[in-house]
Amino acid sequence: MLSYLLRRLFASVIILILSSILVFTMVAFSGDPLASLRLNPKTPPSVYALRRAELHLNNPLPQRYWIWVTHAIRGDFGLTIGNQPVAPQLWSHLLVTFQMVIIATVIAIFVAIAVGVFSAIRQGRPFDSGAAFTNYLFISVPVFVLGLILKEFVAIPVNNAIGHTVIYTIGQQSSNLSGGFFERLPNYAGHTILPVLTLILVSYPSWAIYQRSSMLEALDSDYVRLARAKGLSPRRVLIRHTLRNALIPITTVIALDFAGVLGGAILVEEVFSWQGIGFWFLQGILVLDFNVVQAYLLVTAFFVVSFNFIADVLYGVLDPRIRYG
Amino acid sequence: MEYSIHEFAMAERRKILADTRSSKTGAAGENPKRRSRFSRLPRAGAETRHLGDEHGLSGEVKKQWQIVFGRFIRQPRAMVSLGIFALLGISSALAGVFWHYSYTDLTNQIATFGQGSPSLQHPFGVDPIGHDVFAQVMQGTKEDVQTALLVACISTLIGTTIGALAGYFRSWVDTVLMRFTDFILAVPLLAVLAVLGNLAAKQSGSWFWVAIIIGVLSWTYVARLVRADFLSLREREFVEAARAIGASNRRIIVRHLLPNALGPIIVNATLTVANAIILESTLSFLGLGIQPPDVSLGSLVAAGEGDATTFWWLFVFPASFIVLMILCVNFIGDGLREAFDPRRTRVRV
Repeated sequence: MLSYLLRRLFASVIILILSSILVFTMVAFSGDPLASLRLNPKTPPSVYALRRAELHLNNPLPQRYWIWVTHAIRGDFGLTIGNQPVAPQLWSHLLVTFQMVIIATVIAIFVAIAVGVFSAIRQGRPFDSGAAFTNYLFISVPVFVLGLILKEFVAIPVNNAIGHTVIYTIGQQSSNLSGGFFERLPNYAGHTILPVLTLILVSYPSWAIYQRSSMLEALDSDYVRLARAKGLSPRRVLIRHTLRNALIPITTVIALDFAGVLGGAILVEEVFSWQGIGFWFLQGILVLDFNVVQAYLLVTAFFVVSFNFIADVLYGVLDPRIRYG
Repeated sequence: MEYSIHEFAMAERRKILADTRSSKTGAAGENPKRRSRFSRLPRAGAETRHLGDEHGLSGEVKKQWQIVFGRFIRQPRAMVSLGIFALLGISSALAGVFWHYSYTDLTNQIATFGQGSPSLQHPFGVDPIGHDVFAQVMQGTKEDVQTALLVACISTLIGTTIGALAGYFRSWVDTVLMRFTDFILAVPLLAVLAVLGNLAAKQSGSWFWVAIIIGVLSWTYVARLVRADFLSLREREFVEAARAIGASNRRIIVRHLLPNALGPIIVNATLTVANAIILESTLSFLGLGIQPPDVSLGSLVAAGEGDATTFWWLFVFPASFIVLMILCVNFIGDGLREAFDPRRTRVRV
């Protein structure tokens, strides 16, 4: 077990190093970092030279990578195009995104498990078919379309019906907010509800489908048949014997899906103008702010690789039948 | 289900026999001695008829694809979806021929308050500078469909190759290839696509490049699927038989294992089409995919977003076309899965 853990950890670190190299190279070739200077035709050559030296552009690529990565490990991601340090911006935007992603993921997990389990128990009944259709529908709606529908055709009519804005469609809080935390809470909630709802609706269906099939598999297993034959109450069979085992596979699926949720967050933030990390990253791409883009990619890669590692370990802990080879 | 499990077992057996035979289509440079050894085996057709007699069955043995096809066309939902998708694909490809506006035409009507909504002349209305929205939606659909199909081809090809090699050879090949797959998955796909899309957008912004970028990054799921399939298939008796006869690795992979893994691969290719439509329209929505003057459904949604409440047609038509296409493709995929996997049983609860 320990040797498996160490080997897996080693592999994760290698993957992280490789992705940092890929990220750096990809971004380095994705455009001209001096483009913003070239917009002004009167920029003197000395400014170019200075900027090139600042960004280490005269050095070969491996050396630039080394400078970047050694600073990044120490939490220094360089300066933005506007000469602000990247790191504080990175952490504050990350916090905004995590608020949304964590709330949405937790709710989506419960929704997915509930829908999956009930569809499995009521296999072939109206609930099952209805849930299957809803799942397909939400899988087929891209995040940005769903976000825009909720924004334009749900939030605005609701607000109009009530008479004042309850569901906010822009930003993560109003700018003119005052008072203590509890006075501000309704405002936070009003801003959070739509982004979170969007993320829940796009994340839960595939998990629900997965949960349904693993539930069916557990229901068909020998140990459940044995439990029934022993004369245990149906309720006990369902909860202690079926559900507990059927929950194992879904944990890894959810952990492995983390990258997808972060990708979805980019769009949700774009649609609802949340100042989260995805929004920040998109702005970085559009203005070719290399340090911002690289910082985002490195930090997300770190989280995704960590989650994959956790998923691996968790699977072994939850299901002792998994042998570590 | 009308189809009997016996039929399936027969088809499987026939396939296994055909596998062990595999003489006629041998590679050109094959050893003649080995070839003669193959030809000494009983011919599959004769053997199958014999098996049929033994089980008291008469009549033709259906080929596997006939069975799958038969099961597929008996599913109304999948067939309707296929019809709608084909209709969308064909009509969007031919829109330039039959529709009286092109997507670049500026008509003499524009969308202002109370004007430009859907009419007989413009069934999907016009936009604020006078484009016919129907022509634009058709063009967007065309770009989306061709992007998605190309993506599905590229990613299935790459994914199948990588998964097959990893699953068949195992050991270090497997380790290297699967770590490579992990590595591709380490950064959110959308983020990498956004960076590369921005790069491609500045170069050309045509659907072709968008499809290439999405295709070379979205094969990871197929690879894992094919690998898992190969890991179990390679232990089966027919592979052992083929190896005993002296078939090469390449031959075992291409002629024996791949045909057996084809079902999941095809089903997944369909799902890749759906995924590609989502990714392409998302990129174009963000302005990082297909670039103007060309349009995609994603960029149309982005353009219509601001006016969604006043000029609803600018948002509703492209958005519903995206959803309709993806829904159809998902239903087709579901039908195919149902058709390929006859062992799906109902569980007693």
